[in-house]
Amino acid sequence: MAMAKETVLSVQGLKKTIGRKPIIHEVSFEVYVGEIFGFLGPNGSGKTTTIRMLVDLIKPSAGKITVCGEDIGIHPERALAHIGCIVENPEMYGFMTGWENLEHFARMQDGITKDRITEVVEIVGLDQRIHDKVKTYSLGMRQRLGIAQALLGKPKLLILDEPTNGLDPKGIKELREFIRKLAESGMSLFISSHLLSEIQLMCDRVAIIAHGAVIAVGEVDELVSQAATYTVWQVNLPQDARVMLANHSDILVITDNEHQIDESLLTTLHDPIITIMDESLISTMVNKFVASGISIHSVQRVAPSLEELFLKLTEGDKID
Amino acid sequence: MTNMLALIQNEMLKVWKKKRFAVVVLILLILIPIFVYAQMKIAQNTTEKFNADWRSELQSRITDNTNALSSDRIPEEWKKWRRALVQQLQYYLDHDINPQTPNAVTFTRTFMDNSVSLFIPLMVLAIASDLVSSERSTGTIKMLLTRPVRRWRILFAKLSALTLYVSLIVITTALLCYLISGLVFGYKGWEEPVFVGFMVQGADVDTTGVHAVTQGVYLLMQSGLIWFSAMIVAIIALMISVLVRSTAASFVTMMATIIAGTILSSMASSWTSAKYLFNVNLELSSYLRGTPPPVEGMSLGFSLVILGLWGVAALIVSFTVFTKQDILN
Repeated sequence: MAMAKETVLSVQGLKKTIGRKPIIHEVSFEVYVGEIFGFLGPNGSGKTTTIRMLVDLIKPSAGKITVCGEDIGIHPERALAHIGCIVENPEMYGFMTGWENLEHFARMQDGITKDRITEVVEIVGLDQRIHDKVKTYSLGMRQRLGIAQALLGKPKLLILDEPTNGLDPKGIKELREFIRKLAESGMSLFISSHLLSEIQLMCDRVAIIAHGAVIAVGEVDELVSQAATYTVWQVNLPQDARVMLANHSDILVITDNEHQIDESLLTTLHDPIITIMDESLISTMVNKFVASGISIHSVQRVAPSLEELFLKLTEGDKID
Repeated sequence: MTNMLALIQNEMLKVWKKKRFAVVVLILLILIPIFVYAQMKIAQNTTEKFNADWRSELQSRITDNTNALSSDRIPEEWKKWRRALVQQLQYYLDHDINPQTPNAVTFTRTFMDNSVSLFIPLMVLAIASDLVSSERSTGTIKMLLTRPVRRWRILFAKLSALTLYVSLIVITTALLCYLISGLVFGYKGWEEPVFVGFMVQGADVDTTGVHAVTQGVYLLMQSGLIWFSAMIVAIIALMISVLVRSTAASFVTMMATIIAGTILSSMASSWTSAKYLFNVNLELSSYLRGTPPPVEGMSLGFSLVILGLWGVAALIVSFTVFTKQDILN
């Protein structure tokens, strides 16, 4: 299906050396029309450097970036006309109002009318405060203004760098819905994050970057399924249950220090037994526990952390 | 492609909204009355001393300087300067012209002469220093440079806006001087003659080229020269602003350079290659007055060429760095 799609952004063999230090070794991927593309990597993996190269803030040492067929190294102004972006924080001029900021950036591109400014302000829902000075805005409002700015020129590709940073849960949920809506209208989105859960919730496809190189590109679900999903049990007699689980040949019980689950997820779980097992075995085990008089408080599947996915992916590389 | 005028409008607007120009005007509104008051006191003083007889004042200045010339303790360089000054004063006396007539135009002329070395550059720096560096330190450069506009066009727009503001500063300074001092000294004096064309050659003032122009014309010539030296300061400040990320660092660097220039000028002379430094050449309007230059062999033409070369070099560096630079943070 993806093969038939039109490519909006194509990155081939991107490299960047700063001083003598190679920062980006090898980055290649493609983003298609109307998809939400995730760019996943831990902090310091070269995510931001790559994004800056996509929008011509940093010149690549080698490689080629084309946006809608325009090479950004040759005609940056043509390529950038198709891109709307927020790199890191949405910094705007604090001494001007939101409206003045939008007017400022509208003047930098042909054919953006006053009506278009009004339109984007409505899209991001900032109409109430648009005539206030930006320095009085909250981070969430700055984020909206940044998105409004990025949407001004009706871009084909919207690049958002860690867009959920600093947003509250409600803001994050709204942002997710907003991003879906934009993708449905035919726009492609490129979203970077260091949180796997974030990417899982938002994106169709993902490129995973570590130590300056893309280690995997593919459908999000496909990649995530490569890493083990944990099954976490909570019962009234954890010792007995642990022995019973350990005795089953297809179940692996993980000791406390070996798992790679986000600590934040585990704090709410009291006395968990962490296992790796197939879904089909869960009901078998539930029946066994009930038969032995162990009562079950909860059973849940916990997604692996990004670290684990990395471990899995890099391990895979070594075996191949 | 995007309209260059729209880009210049953006840059003008940002400086305006930052209220930088308002600060400049405010400083002028506070400082000029102080100097007007000081000038008024001086005028009152001389009137009391010489019963308003400017001829005797002029004569006494000539006598003072001539006496100083015969003293052994005064170094040769000072003597040169004094000899030139005596010749000039004698010229005014012989032609029955009072060079000290206080009026709004004279005051403006004197104020502008004195502000060219420090005051005007300071006001120019208030605007030029953070033109690029503030975009970098606040992070707005990431929005600015990811819009579909070539980088050189953005810097060119900034340079154009800077040129307009420098012009505005020179005009506003002159205008406010005239308007405020006129309240005290009266608004006359445009038609009064001033002598230009003194050529200082070593110890002699060559008066063959001397001719009278009206003060109005003189003010125009002077303002033009001040504008030129202010533009060079602005262009070099723009370069520093491109090279340095911090606005404070860029301002301090430039200010230190300018002040070093005035100190070097007053140290006068044994180090002759100092004349190739831009900051020693900024006092262009002193050539009009016939004041001996800080280093021998400097002339109006020489200074214009040196300043011009510095300006061109600074522009080349600014544009090269700005268009190639990686924005890493």
